[in-house]
Amino acid sequence: MNTYEHSVSLDISHCTGCTTCLKHCPTEAIRIRNGHAEINPNRCIDCGVCIRNCPNKAKKATYSKLDRVLKQYKWKVALPAPTLYGQFEGLEDVDYVLQGLLDIGFDDVVEVAQAAELVSAYTRIYLKTEGIVKPVISSACPVVLRLISLRYPTLKEHIMQLLPPMEIAAQLARQKTRREHPELKEEDICICFISPCPAKVSYVRNGFGDYKSQVDEVVSISDVYFSLLNVMRREKAPLPISHSGMIGISWATSGGESSAIFNDKYLAADGIENVNRVLDQLENGNISSLEFIELNACPGGCVGGAMAVENPFVAKARLQTLRRYLPVSQNFLEGENRDYIPGGYLFEKLPTYRPIQRLSDNFGESLRMMSDIQKLRAELPGIDCGACGAPNCRAFAEDVIRGNADREGCVVQQQRKLEEQLSQRQNGEEI
Amino acid sequence: MSETVRLYFDVDGEDFTSAGQASVQVKKSLRQLGIPPEIIRKVSIAMYEGEINMVIHAGGGKAEVLICEDCIEIHLWDSGPGIANIEQAMQEGFSTAPDAIRSLGFGAGMGLPNMKRYTDEMKIESEPGKGTDITMRVYL
Repeated sequence: MNTYEHSVSLDISHCTGCTTCLKHCPTEAIRIRNGHAEINPNRCIDCGVCIRNCPNKAKKATYSKLDRVLKQYKWKVALPAPTLYGQFEGLEDVDYVLQGLLDIGFDDVVEVAQAAELVSAYTRIYLKTEGIVKPVISSACPVVLRLISLRYPTLKEHIMQLLPPMEIAAQLARQKTRREHPELKEEDICICFISPCPAKVSYVRNGFGDYKSQVDEVVSISDVYFSLLNVMRREKAPLPISHSGMIGISWATSGGESSAIFNDKYLAADGIENVNRVLDQLENGNISSLEFIELNACPGGCVGGAMAVENPFVAKARLQTLRRYLPVSQNFLEGENRDYIPGGYLFEKLPTYRPIQRLSDNFGESLRMMSDIQKLRAELPGIDCGACGAPNCRAFAEDVIRGNADREGCVVQQQRKLEEQLSQRQNGEEI
Repeated sequence: MSETVRLYFDVDGEDFTSAGQASVQVKKSLRQLGIPPEIIRKVSIAMYEGEINMVIHAGGGKAEVLICEDCIEIHLWDSGPGIANIEQAMQEGFSTAPDAIRSLGFGAGMGLPNMKRYTDEMKIESEPGKGTDITMRVYL
């Protein structure tokens, strides 16, 4: 049973059935069957690694088309992820980008970087809360959240129950719109996130635990980028819209979120393999005395997202330049908010553990299956060629015992059999 | 008929950077079998501590994990220097690890006590100069 809506999909017409995505998928969610890739929705975490690696561009991120969003709604509020700012060569001021968003048809802009600065401020409060399980794991990367709920059930309690900047920005944007334009109907308003990655699309569609996303549409940075290029060439000075500082912009790159907790007891890891390694080690109980863990599934952080345009390291370098003369932060908690996190910014329920790897619900049956898998694996060549359609020999053995693959599917084994038969026949003829 | 799954590991004592790998493998297998997360946590911590001990003190060793319907048994054995005084070694904070290891955060004298804490049964047999043999059980 799968009710999770994914945002990574396959265009069969472009898929040649090569083994590239098969080999890169961190959760072994892909198999090659009938000449093309198939994604197992129960295992897929929408990390976008296959999109990044597919040589034929057959793996696609699904997101809302910018044109449609701009036409459909009366009042469109753009929520640009800070990663967007790193896409432009020679950009001197974030305001050029924000003005550009208004020029292509958005009616208002609320920066996610702005909300990120509030989240940083709330995180500092959150870390002082009594009774929380430390180290606290950032809730910003949706791939990491899904990975933890599928594969690291014991770490669920470590997840910070504070909403990610995208959601806080969405709430602020909606409040602002209602305040400034009380005449608008609910269906006229569109809170539109400009995303670096497909995982944010999934987060918006599925929510997290009991929380339902406040974002209405998610468009891709790559789409917006090309539209912006046309309007940003204008010579006129932009309106001074930007209201974020160094901290907010730094959220786009790995380590940015952590540096804003003003505490050196943190760890920041990026790239899905590194994230897995950190979570494994944390689960073994041997990462001690840490307050905070920032994990980003993409290399370099959000700048490495599959829906961004620019090389993540180039984008990172540009963001460094862009934030150089900015104040540390431009968003502060005031008055009574200074030591209290509003209830609406917290999420209550963590998603339930869905055991994807489990062989069978019956333990005795599981044991029998594992024993059979071990036996079969010992017979297989162990070269992990992928020709059978599974990423490696172990996964193939599992597929066979689970009844999802044919034992005869191992090309190497079949060839050996043929050679044996052939040599037997030749020997027979000689006698 | 009750099936027993056996996992076997050669714990390499030469390469400290790979220490802890067997524990990760055991954890993966236990997840596949549908063992409850709290049990997986106990077993993988006990396994991890044992594995690290063999690497630090004995230059490596062997590990075997037997999983059957009612119990998980972890068996670790090495041909290291052995433990002179087991009672003393079982005390929290007692450690004979070299300084170089301590600087990495290991050798806090919690290895054996943790193995006992996280398992239901633990048996140590050791002879100085010959080696150490540890059997731990976690009941399901």
